[in-house]
Amino acid sequence: MPSRGKSRYLTTRRQFVAAGALGGAAAAMGCKGPGEGGWESLTEQQARTLAAISDQIIPADEFPSASQAGVLDFIDRQLARNLRRFRKAYRDGLESADALSRRRYGRELAALAESAQLEIVKTLEQQYREFFELVRNHTLDGYYGSPRHGGNREAVSWRMLGLAEPPALGRALDNQHPPGRDPRS
Amino acid sequence: MKRVNAVIIGAGAAGGIVAKELSIAGLSVVLLERGPWYTANDCRKDDLRNQRTTVLGNAFGPEDRGHPRVWVDSSGAVLACLPSEGAYQNNAACVGGGTLSYGAQAWRYMPQDFRMRSTYGAPPGSSLEDWPISYDDLEPYYDKAEYEIGVSGDDSGNPFHGPRRRPLPMPPLPPNREFHILEPAARSLGLHPFHIPMARNSVPYNGRGPCMRCRWCVGFACEVDAKNGSQNTVIPVALSTGNCELRMECMAKEIVADDRGRAKGVAYFDNRGHLQEQPCDFVVVSACAIESARLLLNSKSRMYPEGMGNRFDQVGRNLQGHHYTGAVGFFDYDTYDDVGPGASIAISDYNHGTPGLCGGGMLANEFIRLPIHMIDRLPPGTPRWGLEHKKAMRTYFKRNVQVFGPTQQIPSADARVTLDPTVRDKWGMPVARISGNVHPHTFEIGEVQAQRAEDWLKKAGAAGTLRLAGRPAVVSAGQHQAGTCRMGADPRSSVVDRDCRIHDVDNVFVIDSSVHVTNGGFNPVLTIMAVAYMASASLVRNWKGTGFR
Repeated sequence: MPSRGKSRYLTTRRQFVAAGALGGAAAAMGCKGPGEGGWESLTEQQARTLAAISDQIIPADEFPSASQAGVLDFIDRQLARNLRRFRKAYRDGLESADALSRRRYGRELAALAESAQLEIVKTLEQQYREFFELVRNHTLDGYYGSPRHGGNREAVSWRMLGLAEPPALGRALDNQHPPGRDPRS
Repeated sequence: MKRVNAVIIGAGAAGGIVAKELSIAGLSVVLLERGPWYTANDCRKDDLRNQRTTVLGNAFGPEDRGHPRVWVDSSGAVLACLPSEGAYQNNAACVGGGTLSYGAQAWRYMPQDFRMRSTYGAPPGSSLEDWPISYDDLEPYYDKAEYEIGVSGDDSGNPFHGPRRRPLPMPPLPPNREFHILEPAARSLGLHPFHIPMARNSVPYNGRGPCMRCRWCVGFACEVDAKNGSQNTVIPVALSTGNCELRMECMAKEIVADDRGRAKGVAYFDNRGHLQEQPCDFVVVSACAIESARLLLNSKSRMYPEGMGNRFDQVGRNLQGHHYTGAVGFFDYDTYDDVGPGASIAISDYNHGTPGLCGGGMLANEFIRLPIHMIDRLPPGTPRWGLEHKKAMRTYFKRNVQVFGPTQQIPSADARVTLDPTVRDKWGMPVARISGNVHPHTFEIGEVQAQRAEDWLKKAGAAGTLRLAGRPAVVSAGQHQAGTCRMGADPRSSVVDRDCRIHDVDNVFVIDSSVHVTNGGFNPVLTIMAVAYMASASLVRNWKGTGFR
């Protein structure tokens, strides 16, 4: 049995609730946090802002938020790879988001309270439609897509939906038999 | 380079079959394929990078770099697009073509599908036409395709299909939960549900094992090689004859014509990007509807200033695919059983015979859904993001049944492939420009079909439904693309004759979905295969060793 069946990340539901309560509006917890650095495509500033937006698109409840599940890792990595063509859209869009936030509240988006962030994200949806759709789609893609891209860490979203992980079906035939029994007998 | 009898361009559903039929008949064949040969080991089960969900690109080609296309939307805007974007209308670029990663529904068209104009009359503004061949002409080859490629299923419960000489070679897979939910509902509506025919092993067949029923089906290469395509059936046979050489990662540039206008070879870029020319006695174009048309249009010479076979401006016209519409039903209990391939039950009651509609299409339940597929298929009124969206995913991911169907498109001569005047691919060749749309009556049929899907789901107990019947801004061609080199008797309104030979070039054949006059209300692959077998049989019959009789 491959070791991916053992979850190191999704330990208990209680921890998530705790994480959600502690974290509040703080961005990017549970993954590379601001200050740690190491982003491939994003600056710290961009990562903070993006985390704030993504976490409005998929907020934490008893299951992790987008950034807790690694969506930022997904977007950051892919902006250096298959989604390279969207780098400028992200750069400009994130800048606009912070500009909007500063204009309205005098602070960057990540520093706002949850409700204020929601309001800004709603404004983005109206006024920067293309950018918002990009983030919305990539966030959902990363969160519900394959864990190998970093955005659905430990298959948290699949477990949330009640999918068996690793899957009960879909391994080589020999693996489907209980151990100790010869599949050919 | 040594002269061969035939160069076949494209190792997909049709090209693989032609390669096999010619090489077992003793002809020497070079099979050119622009992509590589993926195997079952290349099944990555990547939800974001496969042949259906292409957020991170196509798993089985073409890659995003260097293969652009251009499309023109209904407002006239000209837009460039990448292979991973929907507007590109991609199929695949690999040995096996679409059949490596398809869902593998293996339908026969119905007798009426070959007689659309005679049955309904052409709606004004459409180019609806009859095929020059009939269902009965094709029946022996449908049968051959079902047995050589390998099809499972059971359509004995379907009273609408054409006559068949024997049942399918394999029984259907055991029904999944959706089958059990939808079957009694269909019966109580007076419909005739049955098991979908699939080019997928339900029992060991052709030296390979059965489907292991995993979650990653349509869009993926099969991990246990239970999905039957040309790459694991006819192409290995062709190669085993010793008469067929498969050259991969070779991109055809043009068909080279001699002074009299006959083809003398194929110019192509090999896997190092070097231009080569393979001399041959005849050429078979099997590159799929969009690329086949593009190749002919790019094959310009003194005799063919507008492209080969294009004397009457017919190459690239009548582009069509299928207009998919249907509905999602939401249930108050778990309908999801995590058993692939998911698609299991269909009805053919609505393909023909509705007064006022020129045809229709089959309706079937959708392939098994990955979480990513549900993001935009939640109940009407669900916010598109935020906590409510997350909760709806949780509530409905396992509690929905989807019924969709390929509405037969009413073709239009304005839906077409041309060459873009400016955009070039990585080899410097003009790329395909896709423009126009199908006849609007198609959308009206699609809306009725979606309503019928919704009724079926409601009868099955759906507490709510989401009806999906759009009017896309461009023809939906994609993996079902067809029609661009229409088969017909009149050179002024078609490109090839009933043997798939180009009207004014006696040694160039187009054998793939391009020749489809209409595209049925079904997934087209088995018809592509049957036409390939039929055309190959006539090629072999007429081949005299040095030329055609």
